[in-house]
Amino acid sequence: MTAVPLQPPRRLIEFSLDGQDTRVPEGSTILEACRAAGKDIPTLCEGDTLTPKNACRVCVVEVEGARTLAPACSRRAEPGMAVRTDTGRARHSRKTVLELLASATDLSTTPRAAEWIKEYGAEPGRFGAAAARLNEEPKVDNDLYVRDYDKCIQCYKCVDACGDQWQNTFAISVAGRGFDARISTEHDAPLTDSACVYCGNCIEVCPTGALSFKSEFDMREAGTWDESAQTETTTVCAYCGVGCNVTLHVQENEIVKVTSPHDNPVTHGNLCIKGRFGFQHVSQH
Amino acid sequence: MDLHFGDSKPTDEEREAVDALLGPPASAWEGGTERTDADLRWAVGGRAARERRDLLLPALHAVNDRTGWISEGALDYLCRRLTVPPAEAYGVATFYSMFAVRPRPATVVHVCTDLACAVNGSAGLRAGIEERLGTAGAATGGVSWQPSPCLGLCERAPAALVLRAGEPAPPPGADRPPAGGSDLRRRASAVVAPATAESVARAAAAPGAAAGPSAAMAVPQAGQDGLILLRRVGVVDPSSLDDYRAHGGYSALRRAFELGPSGVIREVTDAGLAGRGGAAFPTGRKWQATAGRPDHPHYLVCNADESEPGTFKDRVVMEGDPYSLIEAMTIAGYATGAHRGYLYVRGEYPLAVERLEHAIGRARSRGFLGDDVLGQGYAFDIELRRGAGAYICGEETALFNSIEGYRGEPRSKPPFPVEKGLFGKPTAANNVETLVNVGPILTMGAEAYAAIGTEASTGPKLFCVSGRVARPGVYELPFGATLGELLDLAGRPESLRAVLLGGAAGGFVRPDELDIPLTFEGTRAAGTTLGSGVVLAIDDTVELPRILLRIAEFFRDESCGQCVPCRIGTVRQEEALHRLLDREGAGAATDVALLREVGQAMKDASICGLGQAAWSAVESAIDRLGVYGTARGSEAGQGPRGDK
Repeated sequence: MTAVPLQPPRRLIEFSLDGQDTRVPEGSTILEACRAAGKDIPTLCEGDTLTPKNACRVCVVEVEGARTLAPACSRRAEPGMAVRTDTGRARHSRKTVLELLASATDLSTTPRAAEWIKEYGAEPGRFGAAAARLNEEPKVDNDLYVRDYDKCIQCYKCVDACGDQWQNTFAISVAGRGFDARISTEHDAPLTDSACVYCGNCIEVCPTGALSFKSEFDMREAGTWDESAQTETTTVCAYCGVGCNVTLHVQENEIVKVTSPHDNPVTHGNLCIKGRFGFQHVSQH
Repeated sequence: MDLHFGDSKPTDEEREAVDALLGPPASAWEGGTERTDADLRWAVGGRAARERRDLLLPALHAVNDRTGWISEGALDYLCRRLTVPPAEAYGVATFYSMFAVRPRPATVVHVCTDLACAVNGSAGLRAGIEERLGTAGAATGGVSWQPSPCLGLCERAPAALVLRAGEPAPPPGADRPPAGGSDLRRRASAVVAPATAESVARAAAAPGAAAGPSAAMAVPQAGQDGLILLRRVGVVDPSSLDDYRAHGGYSALRRAFELGPSGVIREVTDAGLAGRGGAAFPTGRKWQATAGRPDHPHYLVCNADESEPGTFKDRVVMEGDPYSLIEAMTIAGYATGAHRGYLYVRGEYPLAVERLEHAIGRARSRGFLGDDVLGQGYAFDIELRRGAGAYICGEETALFNSIEGYRGEPRSKPPFPVEKGLFGKPTAANNVETLVNVGPILTMGAEAYAAIGTEASTGPKLFCVSGRVARPGVYELPFGATLGELLDLAGRPESLRAVLLGGAAGGFVRPDELDIPLTFEGTRAAGTTLGSGVVLAIDDTVELPRILLRIAEFFRDESCGQCVPCRIGTVRQEEALHRLLDREGAGAATDVALLREVGQAMKDASICGLGQAAWSAVESAIDRLGVYGTARGSEAGQGPRGDK
């Protein structure tokens, strides 16, 4: 039996979304209202299991009377608010943010990035070939996962997942400032010398593929990674009695990575080192 | 929290520096070297230490002040003491430009390269210093130097600041050891302004010997009749509480106790006092909103992180009349129901820090601060916090994070500080100039105060005049004087090319716009801003594109990096301005259009004011001064609002 946690009843508030009267439970974000209304707002740093950080700014919308645009992921809908999601101003900011991100980072493994870049007509190339990029080499310092910060958009999701929102390990933080800011361990030490416990919950929340399983990283390097040929099977982790759900991603009869369903009320997508990485024995006869 | 520490151990010197701040560790669990029998039987979780996370910034300062940098061992030790994860503390230490996490010499020279200094020859100064001390960042003869953002010494540009790590100086009043000949390295600082390569090298060799210039030098009007905010600067002895009281000090606090908290708020509201930090929010409303929150405790924060290039008024007030700020904070705390005030002073102001520390100590010992202020049963005390080189910490929510021991990144609003501010509690945050207006409001009465200035902008206003003027300095004028009148006071240059109003986050105006009234509404009507009160005059000896590039470089350096439009947008802005250095006319149009588009996104989508204002000065130079030979409209149809 799955326990479904019930939320306390919430009052409905009314506001206007793209001219339509909209009713949402009090405390809902504009993004939640948009999704309920079937509107597709691009998001990168928003995570369904984390408090919105609103750092990427691709989900900005126009709130009538406000001087600046508002991040839909974290701004709560207020009674009487008038929100427009598709104005020229909001679209311009989204387009520019996508251009800026794509000009500085490698978005090749970011789901939907290419689609949004096309939709908003973003041209990352127009900043010129000399435009500063992150230019980071992948950090391969252990056999479980790889940190490829050239793909990192610094959304803070891994920091939040490693820190007080889930894991409470605090192995990584943002170091430095401005364009030089990077996700880092203390003194930029290798992961093996850090507080990391290899739960992989940072990989689970990474929106760009900057954090990936070593297995996935190696297969991508070798050109053998093929998501279309993969099957996903959700089962119960056999290691201990907690009963976490694990989703096995299988390609050619080999487990290539393990995720966990975010809507599971026990794990919320989080696992431990065994559930996340302890899968090799399955393939060994 | 299961913290992980490496094997690095602090040196005795580093341990001593941290222990001097936090006291000796109570057990081996908290970093003590000896494991006692009791430690083996009793695990201490560090909950109490964790609650003092706000001591992280002072602890980083303690180490950096002693040895000049923060080693792995020192960082690990202070993390053990405060139960802070080392990765987080490393993130904090690397956020601030005055801290180093790699070894460097004890003496570091900060050479200002910002606007007023750039206008007054900082390029030549840098070249001279490079000749003597090598390239920036290199260690030559126990000294290294680095270019620095605005040091707030614009009236005596070009400026440099010398900081030498060593033992902390003895508390004021204690016997100082004889200078020179002592084995002990004493922490010392020297302000060199106006600076020559020669005088900087001399100060770097002996920073303790250099005497700082008096505050009065920055106030050309010092001693004149009719001054309100500056009336004591250069007149009173900044170290003497009695002298302050002899010049009317603490009469406003007595009046505040007569009026009661709501009476004080009524006076401030009736006086029409608006925040002087740049946003011009009504102070009375802010205080009322804080005072009325049911959540407790309430906090008062004085934002003395004056880092806007071209701004130095708060420094002059703090150095010249420190008790007036202490008194005003006490009144503000009383009105808003706070019992603790945090005074966050930028790290580049060693003299202001020293004078305020002294003034707080004196006020406390004389019953003007403490458990029972003036015998009125009201408890209030002030904690002074030193910034460590980050312009962004002037943004109020970034300042809260900085005080709390986190990276100085702004929080998104709402919720606003009056609801959830410092430590998540209702907080009134006010700038120094705003607070020092409170004393005069209470002593002269709201009505008399409101009669000064204009209807919408009441009271006196401080202006920081620098650049190519004959008498740079802080000027006090009633709101409503024109830009031209102010420039005439300071000695207008012969061939005025432009005036930067409001600092790097403000905008340029043309020489034919000098009749703009210096009020919030007047500048707004003219399509510009009063900002922090910066008036930087530029004549035709100054290469405007270079100044714009410096502004872009400043914002790129000072962006916290949290949000994409600011983190990457400021880089793209700087790159475009680099390309524009040798382009004009048609060749420039593409880059100007690019600047507009990126600028609009930064303005619209950045989390805080830094990103939102990072393009405003450049925009005004393009639109009002036609700096790249383009005037508004020449790239019609390419504007961000016009696409599609």
